[in-house]
Amino acid sequence: MHLLSLAIFVPIVAGCATLVVGSDRDAAQARWIALIGAVAGFLVTLPLYAHFDTTTAAMQFVESYEWIPRFDIHYELGVDGLSMPFILLNSFVTVLVVWAGWVVIEKRVAQYMAAFLIMSGLINGTFASLDGVLFYMFFEAMLIPMYLIIGIWGGPNRVYAAIKFFLYTLLGSLLMLVALIYLYNASQSFAILDWHKLPLAMSTQILLFVAFFMAFAVKVPMWPVHTWLPDAHVEAPTGGSVVLAAITLKLGAYGFVRFILPIVPDASHYLAPFVITLSLVAVVYIGLVALVQADMKKLIAYSSISHMGFVTLGFFLFSTLGTEGALVQMISHGFVSAAMFLCVGVLYDRMHSRLIADYGGVVNTMPVFAAFAMLFAMANSGLPATSGFVGEFMVILAAVKANFWLGFLAATTLILGAAYTLWMYKRVMFGAVANANVAALKDLSKREFWLLAVLAVAVLAMGLYPKPFIDVMHVSVENLLAHVAQSKL
Amino acid sequence: MNPLYLVVPLAPLAASVIVGLFGPRLGRTLSHTLCILGVAVALVASIMIFRDVQAGHVFNGDVYTWMTSGTLKLAVGFLIDPLTVTMMIVVTFVSLMVHVYTIGYMADDPGYTRFFSYISLFTFSMLMLVMSNNFLQLFFGWEAVGLVSYLLIGFWYTRPTAIYANLKAFLVNRVGDFGFVLGIGLVLAYFGTLHYAPVFAHAESLKDTALNLGGGHAALLMSAICICLFIGAMGKSAQVPLHVWLPDSMEGPTPISALIHAATMVTAGIFMVARMSPLFELSDAALSFVTVIGATTALFMAFLGIVQNDIKRVVAYSTLSQLGYMTVALGVSAYSAAIFHLMTHAFFKALLFLGAGSVIIAMHHEQDLRKMGGLRKYMPITYITAVIGSLALAGIPPFAGFFSKDAIIEAVSMSHIGGHGYAYFAVMCGVFVTAFYSFRMLFLAFHGTPRFDTAGHADHAHDDHAHAAADHSDPVTELATQAGTEPDAHDDHHGGPPHESPWVVTVPLILLAIPSIFTGWAYIEPMLFGNFFGNAIVVHESHAVIGEMKEEWHGVVPFIVHGLASVPFWLAISGIVAAWYCYLVNPALPARIKAGAGKLYTLLDNAYYIDKLYVYLFADGARKLGRIASTVGDRTIIDGIVVNGTAKVVGWASQLLRHLQTGYVYHYAFTMIIGVFALLTWWVVRF
Repeated sequence: MHLLSLAIFVPIVAGCATLVVGSDRDAAQARWIALIGAVAGFLVTLPLYAHFDTTTAAMQFVESYEWIPRFDIHYELGVDGLSMPFILLNSFVTVLVVWAGWVVIEKRVAQYMAAFLIMSGLINGTFASLDGVLFYMFFEAMLIPMYLIIGIWGGPNRVYAAIKFFLYTLLGSLLMLVALIYLYNASQSFAILDWHKLPLAMSTQILLFVAFFMAFAVKVPMWPVHTWLPDAHVEAPTGGSVVLAAITLKLGAYGFVRFILPIVPDASHYLAPFVITLSLVAVVYIGLVALVQADMKKLIAYSSISHMGFVTLGFFLFSTLGTEGALVQMISHGFVSAAMFLCVGVLYDRMHSRLIADYGGVVNTMPVFAAFAMLFAMANSGLPATSGFVGEFMVILAAVKANFWLGFLAATTLILGAAYTLWMYKRVMFGAVANANVAALKDLSKREFWLLAVLAVAVLAMGLYPKPFIDVMHVSVENLLAHVAQSKL
Repeated sequence: MNPLYLVVPLAPLAASVIVGLFGPRLGRTLSHTLCILGVAVALVASIMIFRDVQAGHVFNGDVYTWMTSGTLKLAVGFLIDPLTVTMMIVVTFVSLMVHVYTIGYMADDPGYTRFFSYISLFTFSMLMLVMSNNFLQLFFGWEAVGLVSYLLIGFWYTRPTAIYANLKAFLVNRVGDFGFVLGIGLVLAYFGTLHYAPVFAHAESLKDTALNLGGGHAALLMSAICICLFIGAMGKSAQVPLHVWLPDSMEGPTPISALIHAATMVTAGIFMVARMSPLFELSDAALSFVTVIGATTALFMAFLGIVQNDIKRVVAYSTLSQLGYMTVALGVSAYSAAIFHLMTHAFFKALLFLGAGSVIIAMHHEQDLRKMGGLRKYMPITYITAVIGSLALAGIPPFAGFFSKDAIIEAVSMSHIGGHGYAYFAVMCGVFVTAFYSFRMLFLAFHGTPRFDTAGHADHAHDDHAHAAADHSDPVTELATQAGTEPDAHDDHHGGPPHESPWVVTVPLILLAIPSIFTGWAYIEPMLFGNFFGNAIVVHESHAVIGEMKEEWHGVVPFIVHGLASVPFWLAISGIVAAWYCYLVNPALPARIKAGAGKLYTLLDNAYYIDKLYVYLFADGARKLGRIASTVGDRTIIDGIVVNGTAKVVGWASQLLRHLQTGYVYHYAFTMIIGVFALLTWWVVRF
């Protein structure tokens, strides 16, 4: 059973098939192939959860083949509690975006669908890689479909946004490549797990930390290397925004737990105040920035940065509660940000505007949509019983435990998050019908309804019963923390 | 676990979900029947549980594990003790009354089923809050009631004032929650669990622990925990300075003003502090803080009640002031008196609000007291119940409010906690002011000559209902047939003289008037002096004011006799007399006082300018900061200088370098010669 290879290649092959078979003349065919591919891609990941052993921190579903023997490069795959949930999340979100683009995308349908499917496979590869070179290859290859998605199906300023996105992330990861090569020279191996055990001097650790940090901080994104994200989101088509927010940001955060913390634990401890500071800046400063955005997508993009601040904050508290809270926050943000961007997409498809000022009183004409949007807005504000609450609450509790003032600053999100989300909701949804365009709005189509309903169930289920999510990751987190606590000097 | 425990919260939840999802398809009658049934089941189950608890069956256990993280286990669970069941009965009873009343009040509203779904959801949330056995679920309920409050204040979402008020309510509450979460965080950090029982058990051992606040500052851990938790209570129970949302919340339909913003949700903070008595008892600083905040709220919010002309806002400020009384009681460690007042207040304040709602219906959604008058002739039941409510609020024996308020005043007078002198002054003055504004409202609305047009009344400026045009299929007739009254009696709904409301409105009024009369003398002895709460409330020996009062307790009749001879009673009487003189005997007087008071009146009329200050400081301030961060920080510095700057530098450097690649052979040849010359020179100089 090569489950992980299947998780990677089922969507990629389906994507290629879509490209080959589909053309704009028979878009329906391309859509169906893509949907079948996406669903199949999701189905093959389900056994990963069903057969996952939650009692061990060792890698599971391992596959290892020699790839380039000269440099000891392997095609080596495996997952633990830190990576497995994200493969499922990614495959799940892929189904949603294919479905979300069903009738909305009319130009180059096959290419659009194929880009998402191929990207999905590459992202699964990134999460499953146990070999440094393989990881790097997937990590970088994933940029290409995303670059195309923004650059081809994006808004008016798409070229600027696409290039900014590409250069920003590429520049960051070039330093990571240097770090990978250094680690190979030091250990004569490209296996990530070998690097975890590699003793390193403090000065080396700090340099490696900086190199990895550049790559992952851009991806997360952390303040102050975040400015590509609002532009990319604003210009990307709805599906692009969904994958960007729900999945690719998680790759950056995943890099922290797979590379930075275990490979350079001493530097991580040493530089923790620095990372925590940046995280808190993300929570407070970005929260304020989000408040004044006039563009809905920009607002949600900034809110994503602010929420991801909780992830990096949680990791660098070095406590079980903080780390698990951060991982839960990553999963939850996958659902909530996906839902938020889909909601904006619903409006954008009808009105072709993302500006808050163009709306007002949408609830009068789209009551069902408004109800869904209310749920997701509340989840974005971290209301208990939604998934948005769980991770934030855990990280805040862990922060208070570490230092009262850390918790104090982190908890400002309770106010800021509610302020920017609900103020936007008020201006868009509530009030009297603002103009003729709003008056002409039609409520959700069946497709949109079920799309949002699926996410609503996910958001509520995770909020009411987060235990299964945390149980999956617990042993791996404990193992990680034990590892990080051990000095490598 | 007794399965009834699950029935209590789940019955209203089930009704809410069904009606919320399928309400329009179920129709109005089926929807409200389902919701009323759900709450009625919860009430009956609560009463059964109450008897069970009285028989000594206290329960503390988990329903399911929400999550585990290492040794930390967070669960959803119930703690059923006398304090819980008291709250359960108050909540389900008032909620049931409000459910029934809503049939009449919301009769012609297009959002009828949605409203029922919300109030049932609220009942569920409130029950989860009070039944919780841990901080997590407490916070869950805490936020859930806040959510429903947000949804209901903004129920008429087309009105700009309503959607301003609901956002304001949510955000101000979030400021409180901010403190609340920090308090919970500290509890977890030092106790390692969020379950009440182990926290309370170990609290004593952490009595002297200090919390390092950095920079050489330290605070007593217990004080920090209690003050943080109390900040949450200040938000939810609208204590100064987080009180600003409650008056605005009157934008919501009147039934929820009664249920959420008077009887139950706003008392969640009071309940919470009473529940946390084992912690608060360990910090005199926190108790002083509570006392001073409560006293300030009790007195200064009462003043504002005098100058309001909107009938609902009078009751709203009265609620603020009464919540202040409860908070003072908590501060002086008279927790049982606070809960006792919470209970009596829930009945008479819900009664007053629903009475105000009945008046509003009769006046065709006119809420201005200046346009009422003489209504007692038109609506006798509403009038009599309003008199009962007002007497209870003013603290006249033998009505319920007398006992609970007198107990609080007595407790304050015996307390030695910091700030007790100020608190005593505040609660005493408050008695006069309370009586004055209550009877001012009563006289203005029900007595004197009518100041409205008795022939036709079509002033829809304050129209409560979002008449979404099409949906106007004469719901009045529908209601009338449901209510079993003659349709003719209602066909003048949008005009004509006011008349008594239908039975669905008056029956809840009567049913709330009954406990407003008897709960005082019937329950003061068991609740305050009979160890009714058992271990649910802990009072430290040095704070045992209720214990001292118990020694002077000789029964209900001596208590009343003693009350008749004491200052508060005469203050209340003089408040009523003053109101009577000002508004019935000499109606020109208030205007003269108003003119004479000048600036003082303006200050009160603007609610001490606190709202304006907050808007300027926080709302505008945050936006200004955000704008600076966005334009200067993000767009100018990071994107403008660093990111695009890098791109520009690269571009500029390439522009320069491009000059070197001209394509002319003689340029290259010349460069080569220069190069060779430079190399040679360097070589010669070096050696």
